[in-house]
Amino acid sequence: MTALPTRKLEAYRYADIDALASVWTSLDSPARVEIAAQQKLQQIWLPSGEEVDVRRVEMVLEAGAVARIFALNNAARYGRFELDVTMHEGADFAFYGANIGGGDSTLEIVTTLRHVAPGATSHQMIRSVLGDKATGSFLGRIEVAREGQQTDAEQSVKAMLLDRGATANAKPELEIFADDVKCAHGATVGELDKNQLFYAAARGMDPATARALLLEGFVGGLWDEIEGNDQGIAEVARQALRKVAA
Amino acid sequence: MLKIENLHATVAGKPILNGLTLTIPTGEIHAIMGPNGAGKSTLAYVLGGRPGYEVTEGSVTFDGQDLFALEPHERAAAGMFLGFQYPVEIPGVSYLQFLREALNSQRRSKGEKDLTGGEFIRLSKDKAALLGMDAEMLKRPVNVGFSGGEKKRAEMVQLGIMDPKVAILDETDSGLDIDALKAVGHGINSIMRDPKKSVLLITHYQRLLDYVTPDRVHVLSRGQIVRSGGPELAHELEREGYAEAAA
Repeated sequence: MTALPTRKLEAYRYADIDALASVWTSLDSPARVEIAAQQKLQQIWLPSGEEVDVRRVEMVLEAGAVARIFALNNAARYGRFELDVTMHEGADFAFYGANIGGGDSTLEIVTTLRHVAPGATSHQMIRSVLGDKATGSFLGRIEVAREGQQTDAEQSVKAMLLDRGATANAKPELEIFADDVKCAHGATVGELDKNQLFYAAARGMDPATARALLLEGFVGGLWDEIEGNDQGIAEVARQALRKVAA
Repeated sequence: MLKIENLHATVAGKPILNGLTLTIPTGEIHAIMGPNGAGKSTLAYVLGGRPGYEVTEGSVTFDGQDLFALEPHERAAAGMFLGFQYPVEIPGVSYLQFLREALNSQRRSKGEKDLTGGEFIRLSKDKAALLGMDAEMLKRPVNVGFSGGEKKRAEMVQLGIMDPKVAILDETDSGLDIDALKAVGHGINSIMRDPKKSVLLITHYQRLLDYVTPDRVHVLSRGQIVRSGGPELAHELEREGYAEAAA
């Protein structure tokens, strides 16, 4: 069995190692998902409801495969979604993830995207809403191999801090060996807009309702691309936001 | 309806209102006019309860209640509507969602049941039609990408949906073309010209008063009401300027 990671490892620098230790035996080898050429996969990752909720997934997209992952990280103590994706020629990968937490929870999304062949596209959108003493992190590594020409990779990372004690970490990391690629990334950390809060109050919204609504607006765009009628994750996210906004 | 007595207020420690006294009886529309920096917007924000606007002296009674004992959202629930000079944009939140949450918050605080989605859609469609606004616009994020005129029309649609007892309208006429100005005037008349309601119209110019005839006009200068009169006072101000009229 693989040894328990330490915080000296880059991908675990913000991890709650004690919490991780409690579940590590069932996790030391990641789950593996392979998507055959030209096939399409959509997955929705809802919180397990456990205090410690850690997932490790390795995904391989063969040529022309398409994957859409929607994830809500909302564990009470420690939530870690770790995803390692290898994309072959023309594959198309998108990840839409939210860290929503309060208390002293530690929430992190850690992705490694490997563009190993030409013409693959990846799109990542991460939104964190953190209250009380919660910590939310996104570590996003993108590797473009020499063969990964015409890669188009995009990362948008935004965090909203509701209280002084909350922390957001955003760490984009690009390693590019091809010369004809597009890699875009942006990260912001902010707080709720006072003018918007007053506007909502002037229309009769109590402060908790106003905060929850503005936060829904901040996070809501994550679920727009879900195919089919599965908006359950939007509802669970809404409830989580109401809880941190209360 | 609204009784303001000897109101003093500061913004960032600087005195802006210096003993303002004004009573707006039920069923009347009053206009406050005045030059830049007279304290017009400060008055609106103080009445709305905006953080950062500090009342240092005086009182405001709204419908028999001490206004300053109420939080901003409680003032709205009690029947006060504050129209914004610069309506705020809220990306990601549709107007329908925003107004439904706001109206239902108000209803809950009065012990009334939430409106259902269907009831709310009907209400908002009716009010949008009344103000000549395409109800489809209410599906868009709050004020995002709206022109100046559209924002002010949307304020009027909100006024119609909230159906308040008193409306404080802060330069609702600024930046409007003639059509939008007429629409806003029509909105104020059709929603608020009512023996049970009152309006405080804050404006720089007389032109909105061509469409909404006030019962009284007041001139605000250096944080005090310096003159009051009938609707003809607005014309005099337009002709002679504030310096002359306030002298």
